[in-house]
Amino acid sequence: MLETILQNVINALQWGSFYALIALGYTLVYGVLQLINFAHGDVFMVGAYIAFFVATFLLGIAGMPGWMALALTIPLTMILTSAVGVTLERIAYRPLRRKGANRLYVVITALMCGLILEHANLAVLGASRKAFPPLITETVYNVGGVTFTNLKLGVIFTAFAVFIFLHWVVTKTRVGMAMRAISYDKFAVPLMGIPMDQIIVVTFVLGSGFAGLAGLLFAMSYPVLEPYMGALIGWKAFIAAVVGGIGDIRGAFLGGFLLGAVEILVVAVFPSSYRDLFSFSVLLIILVFKPTGLFGIAKTTKI
Amino acid sequence: MMTQTQTQAESSPVLEIQGLTQRFGGLTAVNDFNVALQPGELAGLIGPNGAGKTTVFNLVSGFYQPSEGAIRIGGKPTAGLKPHKVTALGVARTFQNIRLWNEMSVLDNIRVAQHGTLGYGFFHAVARSRTYQAREAEIEREARELLEVFQLDKYADELPKNLPYGLQRKVEIVRALSEKPKLLLLDEPAAGLNSVDIQELIRLVRWIHETFPVTIWMIEHHMDVMMELCQRIKVIDFGQTIAEGTPEVIRNHPAVITAYLGDDQI
Amino acid sequence: MLRRYSVPMLLILAGGLLTYCAYEEMLGLYTLSVLMFMGINIILSTSLNLVNGYMGEFSCGHAGFMCVGAYVSSILGVLLFTKDKVFGEPWLDPSLALYAFPLIILAGGAAAAVAGLLVAIPSYKTRGDYLAIITIAANYIIISLIQNIDTVGGSRGFMGMKSVISSMEDAADLPWMVIWVFIFTVFTVWVLRRYVSSTFGKGVSAICQDEVAAEIMSVNTNKIKTISFMVSSGLAGIGGALFAYVIGYVNPGSFNILKSTEVLVMVYLGGMGSLSGSVLSAVLFTVLLEALRPLQIIKWIVIPLLLVVLMQFRPEGIMGNKELGDIFPWLKRFYRFK
Repeated sequence: MLETILQNVINALQWGSFYALIALGYTLVYGVLQLINFAHGDVFMVGAYIAFFVATFLLGIAGMPGWMALALTIPLTMILTSAVGVTLERIAYRPLRRKGANRLYVVITALMCGLILEHANLAVLGASRKAFPPLITETVYNVGGVTFTNLKLGVIFTAFAVFIFLHWVVTKTRVGMAMRAISYDKFAVPLMGIPMDQIIVVTFVLGSGFAGLAGLLFAMSYPVLEPYMGALIGWKAFIAAVVGGIGDIRGAFLGGFLLGAVEILVVAVFPSSYRDLFSFSVLLIILVFKPTGLFGIAKTTKI
Repeated sequence: MMTQTQTQAESSPVLEIQGLTQRFGGLTAVNDFNVALQPGELAGLIGPNGAGKTTVFNLVSGFYQPSEGAIRIGGKPTAGLKPHKVTALGVARTFQNIRLWNEMSVLDNIRVAQHGTLGYGFFHAVARSRTYQAREAEIEREARELLEVFQLDKYADELPKNLPYGLQRKVEIVRALSEKPKLLLLDEPAAGLNSVDIQELIRLVRWIHETFPVTIWMIEHHMDVMMELCQRIKVIDFGQTIAEGTPEVIRNHPAVITAYLGDDQI
Repeated sequence: MLRRYSVPMLLILAGGLLTYCAYEEMLGLYTLSVLMFMGINIILSTSLNLVNGYMGEFSCGHAGFMCVGAYVSSILGVLLFTKDKVFGEPWLDPSLALYAFPLIILAGGAAAAVAGLLVAIPSYKTRGDYLAIITIAANYIIISLIQNIDTVGGSRGFMGMKSVISSMEDAADLPWMVIWVFIFTVFTVWVLRRYVSSTFGKGVSAICQDEVAAEIMSVNTNKIKTISFMVSSGLAGIGGALFAYVIGYVNPGSFNILKSTEVLVMVYLGGMGSLSGSVLSAVLFTVLLEALRPLQIIKWIVIPLLLVVLMQFRPEGIMGNKELGDIFPWLKRFYRFK
């Protein structure tokens, strides 16, 4: 009995790590820009594909051994995925921000960019799924009836490490302070001499970079890639971020793991086709009762 | 036209507030506030910024539920009622920052304010029944008459955002009046007006008070407006009443002067 | 005289002409199906415009309500009027199919309207982004629910509606689906127009522009929100029902977030708060989709790109929040649009 519980806990932590990593990106951008970056889930997908190409190249053409390829793939994927995120910001969101456009228009643009990414992938690479090459040998450990692999541990460890890093950035560095300042009052910030555009770029770099990392880890754990893989995960991670309390990275982190826990639990008890039904329902119920999320602060309207 | 002094003989106050206290987290915005407004009065509420005046208005409108205390309009309690139900009891108000619906014509602004007494619903609206047609005709006629009374009829089809600020303020007041309230709450009506418009406002409010059977309660910072118009003024600071009386009494009241200007002890 | 009856006469003429052409097979099957999809798209885009345009919310799950309407009316039709593997013999005589059909479609709409409460009730307390998420979640929930109901085929889908249509055609040999789509399209635009042009319906705009003022100026905001969400999703249900019958097959996957996005595109293309804009954009969008058919792969790159460009240079859409009569005032001489 205890073993099954522990097993589910490990699975939930691993599965939730992906949601948490992606949710962190959503919440960073929302906290600073009040923008739901609907394209973020697809940035995750792009990250996975970038990882695929980089890894295939390094392993195949460059002929590197697995661990070395991995060591190089991680930074390369993160950098390239950040580039994608920043490009999106530059050509789609910034012009609208300059014009002072209504938030709704930026959100719609984000939604459309996500669609473009998905279908551009489909058009260029075709509908056939890609198999991610194995980079490391998975060793399975068995401790008292609970099985897990080194990969699973790596994923969980990475998620926590990223969170601690981001928490440090947001609370202890000047960049982080600027990010928080923008989220409180974006008109005062440039007046105080803070280069808002640069801070926003940093936000996107962080958010997209970690989405790319999540993409790489996901591809390693579930080595089949297809263009729509970001869509569903992206939506769910976003909802998880909101349930946690959007704008607060603790909320995103917690929300991601909460969702992971719910899904693993559901699959343990019910047939797997009920998974999405339950996750969305639970999220919906939490939102109805606590609309600002678990960590969120209610905003009062001033009359 | 019945003068206001005669109606004061009636018994129940239009607005009665007892022991009103409002807390927002750790902050007490209103503390044991009491008032009784008789029908036909023109009363004022003043106090420094942040004293809690608009909070009192918001509580009376039903936008917040009080932490403690009771509010009664024409004898009926407002506890637990949503704002539109409180309006139905006979209260209408204007806002510190003008809240007109800027994408709708002035006439439509007045018409939508009649929602509480529309008397028809979705199905009548779609089917265009007799009830609907009669009621719509009536609403339009009354709205246009009201605009004419206030010489706003030529702006009936204008969008409020295209009107000068002073006129917008007037439209907002007329919109509130169109609900035929017993109690009219005016929240800083002179805010943002130039001196010419302020004189116009004073004339307007006085004229409304003399022509319509309505009790008016005003929040204002412009002392000349208050002194000219109000029969009775209440002063609050930090959510509590610090003085009450006729304009002359208030003008020289030491507590009021201290609240606004500070005292000699630094 | 002309002003009063011009619009109804024009519509009857158009409907009659359409039916005649369809009957005499002057318009091919392909053209007819495009026209029917155009009608359905008009229903979808105008109904979503009520919530996203007039009321200023951001509802992203419209296809979920289509799905409810599609399934309820398909199941009803097959159950009542056809012999089917799942349900067995028809419950009623197939020759009655013709008279019951509009009721079946309306039943789908009613079910979808009830589903609309899923979104309406949370809307009392939340707005904007939070409500958007709730609508997305609702869309996914509805789809997953149906995917788990095996009796109606789950993710494999459900069919049998074509037999209902043949029963109708047996009773009277007319192109019935064309007629019904036309009638319901006109019905939808008529209902919505009458709703928003009444003082009651203007409360919706008031909530959009300043909800606090609306609440305090005697508008029962919760009631208006409920009615608007239910009308919007109910009409979407009607659109979904017609969609199911036209194709003859439904599966939950066709009502996913991609379909919802299609409807979003139509609304923002046409202009929030403009009924004529939504009609226009639905027509344009359907034509665009057909024109891009040979370029299937880049269809879903062109359409989002179109909207991105639109957001940059003309975010208010084709018509903004004006109606046809506002842009071409001379038209007002020919009809009374009340």
